[in-house]
Amino acid sequence: MDKFIWAFIIGGLICVIGQIMMDVFALTPAHTMSTLVVAGAILGGLSLYEPLIKFAGAGATVPISSFGNSLLKGAFTELEKDGPIGILTGIFELTSSGISSAIIFGFMASLIFKPKG
Amino acid sequence: MVKGKQSFIFDAGVHILSASTVVGPFEGKGPLSDDFDIIHDDIWMNQGSFEKAEKIMLEEAALKTIEKAGIKKEDINLFISGDLLSQIISSNFAARTIGSPYIGIYSACSGSMESLLLAALIMEGNDIPYILTGTSSHNASAEKQFRYPTEYGSQKPPTAQWTVTGAGTCLLTKMFQGPKVVSATIGKIVDMGISDPFNMGSAMAPAAADTIYTHFQDMGITPDYYDIIATGDLGNVGHKICKDLLKDKGLEMPEHIFTDCGILIYGDNQKVQAGGSGCACSAVVTFGHFLNRMKRNEISKILIVATGALHSPLSYQQKESIPGIAHGVSIEM
Amino acid sequence: MGKKLTPEQENYKDFSKKREPKRPVFKNCIKAFIVGGLICVLGQFFQTIYIKYFGFTEKTAASPTSATLIIISVLLTGLGVYDKIAQWAGAGTAVPITGFANTMASAAIEHRSEGYVLGVGGNMFKISGPVIVFGVFSAFIISIIKLVFNLFGG
Repeated sequence: MDKFIWAFIIGGLICVIGQIMMDVFALTPAHTMSTLVVAGAILGGLSLYEPLIKFAGAGATVPISSFGNSLLKGAFTELEKDGPIGILTGIFELTSSGISSAIIFGFMASLIFKPKG
Repeated sequence: MVKGKQSFIFDAGVHILSASTVVGPFEGKGPLSDDFDIIHDDIWMNQGSFEKAEKIMLEEAALKTIEKAGIKKEDINLFISGDLLSQIISSNFAARTIGSPYIGIYSACSGSMESLLLAALIMEGNDIPYILTGTSSHNASAEKQFRYPTEYGSQKPPTAQWTVTGAGTCLLTKMFQGPKVVSATIGKIVDMGISDPFNMGSAMAPAAADTIYTHFQDMGITPDYYDIIATGDLGNVGHKICKDLLKDKGLEMPEHIFTDCGILIYGDNQKVQAGGSGCACSAVVTFGHFLNRMKRNEISKILIVATGALHSPLSYQQKESIPGIAHGVSIEM
Repeated sequence: MGKKLTPEQENYKDFSKKREPKRPVFKNCIKAFIVGGLICVLGQFFQTIYIKYFGFTEKTAASPTSATLIIISVLLTGLGVYDKIAQWAGAGTAVPITGFANTMASAAIEHRSEGYVLGVGGNMFKISGPVIVFGVFSAFIISIIKLVFNLFGG
């Protein structure tokens, strides 16, 4: 049960950080999301993001920062296995499902839906 | 006749023979809905794209104005029009339908008054029977071009404005009596360094203040000469700023005279943040609402100062600020 | 960042700021917290379902969970509801992976009028592009740093 509570709190807090970036620092949504992704990658590199995931579950995996961490994790894993070329082969390893789903279902949406304005 | 620094008086007697307005469903739910000739049920207007819908509105407004004047589209000697889309395609395609000689203009949301004053200037010194002017804008096509896809979930700040979906046209002639285009003040670019496309009111207010101030200097009159002085689409935010800027210059704008088309077009129950914007904003409010009031003898002298933000999506990305402009035209009964 | 402003422009910036309605930052943060938190709870819920009933592990459940959230987000975008929720929730809908899906779906839906190849295909990554580009590039740089670190006996 407290997995859910921490997911709520940590996920909410990461969104608050995003909201502050947009409202106080006047960053566009694209700039905000990009910053959070890079932050996720950096925290992943410092081995700080995985503990956050263990603690907050979806509260850490659902925000876009997790995307940065996953990109990095994939690169690191392949780097260990195959050496430097692993950086290139591993980056999309863990994020493939997310990107593929977004492309596939986004395209399907364009087949079915019309913009409502 | 040239008057002062930037203004003209049209001595030859240029009159508005007819005018009409077409709007979308959202505007049709607003406080001025009775003043619009055609209200569409949805923003697609049976077309395959929002851009095509905008073209249809401008065509409808043009043909309705021609119909109201009791002439045929073959009688139009010149069509002057502009809109917000790249390469002003709405105006170009509407001009294709009308088939008359055509001058396309771009001055963003000040297009309604820029086309009107250009037409008056051309008609003043020449024997041209009929000149048709107009502008259009469409909320979805403008959002797609200048900001984000319409279904994108970005949170608009309270200074953002809502582009009016509509088109307004009017027909000028020297041959008949009607509301008279008396004077015009051509604006200069004023850029005070605002670069936020979600805060156009602040970007355009200095240009509006500059044109309004110049108009009264050039014409040698005071604001109370007019029954209504309306800026095009400064919205709540820009209108207040403009009022204060003029106050600083020593020009008090009376509360009951000074208003803004972007504030008038939508009701308080319509969530539009700071108010309406877009070329159609000043066009439909002027050619629909204000002209109707003049015909009912409620008001007899108006000054419309349409405001435009002359940036592009690219200039914003290249860290340029938003240059503003405002063109004023006075109409008297 | 941006152009340097003249003193007159700086004055105008202050002048206009005083007359602009302020963004309700605190209220927005509360709304973002609630909606963002709820979306993560939903994610946690799906993850639990996938582990319990579909035989996924903690590690492998991340993929179907994100795919599920993406599908929901695309549906809400197509139905014209997502942007209404987002106006209220701000970063609460933009920061979770649902925001990423919304950028792709909204761009795809919007640009269908320009055809499927150039319109949909060519514009889908308009807003999400930066996220992928910078995510990948930063992962690359950090990996290089790790590589160098390892080489020098880290």
